[in-house]
Amino acid sequence: MNSLSVDHMLGIKYLTKKDIDLIFQTADNFKKIINQPIKKVPSLRDVTIANLFFENSTRTKLSFELAEKRLSADVINFSSASSSVKKGETLLDTVNNILAMKVDIIVMRHPNPGASVFLSRNISAKIVNAGDGTHEHPTQALLDSFSIREKYGQVAGKKIVIIGDILHSRVALSNIYCLKKLGAEVGVCGPSTLMPKYLDSLGVNHFSSLNNALKWCDVANVLRIQLERQDVQLLPSLREYSNVFGINKKVLDNLDKKITIMHPGPINRGVELTSDVADSEHSIILNQVENGVAIRMAVLYLLSIKKN
Amino acid sequence: MNEQREILNSTQLDIIIKRLSQELIESHQDFSSSVIVSLQPRGKYLANRLISCLSENFNLTSIASGDLDISFYRDDLLTKKLPIIPEEINMDISTENKRVILVDDVLFTARSVRAAMDAIMPFGRPQSIELLVLIDRRLSRHIPIQPNYVGKIVDAIDSERVIVDWKKNSVLILKEKNE
Repeated sequence: MNSLSVDHMLGIKYLTKKDIDLIFQTADNFKKIINQPIKKVPSLRDVTIANLFFENSTRTKLSFELAEKRLSADVINFSSASSSVKKGETLLDTVNNILAMKVDIIVMRHPNPGASVFLSRNISAKIVNAGDGTHEHPTQALLDSFSIREKYGQVAGKKIVIIGDILHSRVALSNIYCLKKLGAEVGVCGPSTLMPKYLDSLGVNHFSSLNNALKWCDVANVLRIQLERQDVQLLPSLREYSNVFGINKKVLDNLDKKITIMHPGPINRGVELTSDVADSEHSIILNQVENGVAIRMAVLYLLSIKKN
Repeated sequence: MNEQREILNSTQLDIIIKRLSQELIESHQDFSSSVIVSLQPRGKYLANRLISCLSENFNLTSIASGDLDISFYRDDLLTKKLPIIPEEINMDISTENKRVILVDDVLFTARSVRAAMDAIMPFGRPQSIELLVLIDRRLSRHIPIQPNYVGKIVDAIDSERVIVDWKKNSVLILKEKNE
């Protein structure tokens, strides 16, 4: 187990448990390195990485860029708002033009599910999926599981509930794959209009009551309601969602145990989490952000050293 | 078929470790401003032996030490055939203004020592860096780096491998024959 079984990071679906363990083991080292006074290592100084973001992103983009710079890679950034995509260029043409400038790795976020798989079949560079529509967001799931592992020592046997918009969430799907591969028990909780039809095939527990879900779990991973992905109205209002599925201090105080709160960001304070919960000692939200850089360094490192 | 010959047996190895410990005491006295840093993975065994020898025979029980992984600093990271997977880093020490003793088992091309000198800098600016090796394969250097403390100098050709077997407590030269 000294190499990843995949050439691209397209989704958790394609990884083995060994791959995930290897990524965690490597991320442990990088976490130590980013806590040193000098946080940069020269590992990828001959590698050029292009960050292609066809969809808005703040923390993922920053986290990837920081990870790349910590590894001494050359980085170019692209966002669709200011590019020729607006002039009608196809994805493949855009990417091939960038590759002509000798780029080794492409980190891509795209609104269409499967965009990164499509790219990996058509071009020679290594692809890292930074979120493709409602499909997968593998590095987010890896950093979430890594944060759980850091808090509890291991992921296996832990009970994790994902709360919110499961239907539109790539974070939820990748998290379910990742947690199941690592041997955790997974539950989902949210309004039934935001639950996917294929839920049974994923082998997760479904809770319609927030209280039952929280009583059952060790960790609650709370998601944002993605209004931008909803073509039709699936919720009466955010206020109603917040009343039924929002987590506040009172809900947590009524439990007879301490649970850990996670959130992939951005948080809509007062909707899915109140501020006193998001900023409490229950929350490991900022640890997730720190671990994100280490996980992304590990993924980029392991893909770069993988021989074809 | 592989041919092998032993160049150091268990007794010789013990004597060498004791001698190296004494050489270290000669220049570092009580080690109050010195740290021992081993190169992962194999330098760690030698460092552990030295530290226990210093503690058992010379009553030096509080020597600061760390294990350094140099994977991310190597110059052959992207060109090596087999992928390099890092070992654990155990550096809960500062090297700021300390006299650092780098420890590795076999010195060959010295490229890993060069990488180690880069890797040590994030832990503070050392006052000085010295190198201690058990085996010095002389005349095989790619970089002008020489050790300060040497267990044994060995002449071996490029196709031979020098292996320190810490379980059997011996050092072997392995000659690989391609038939």
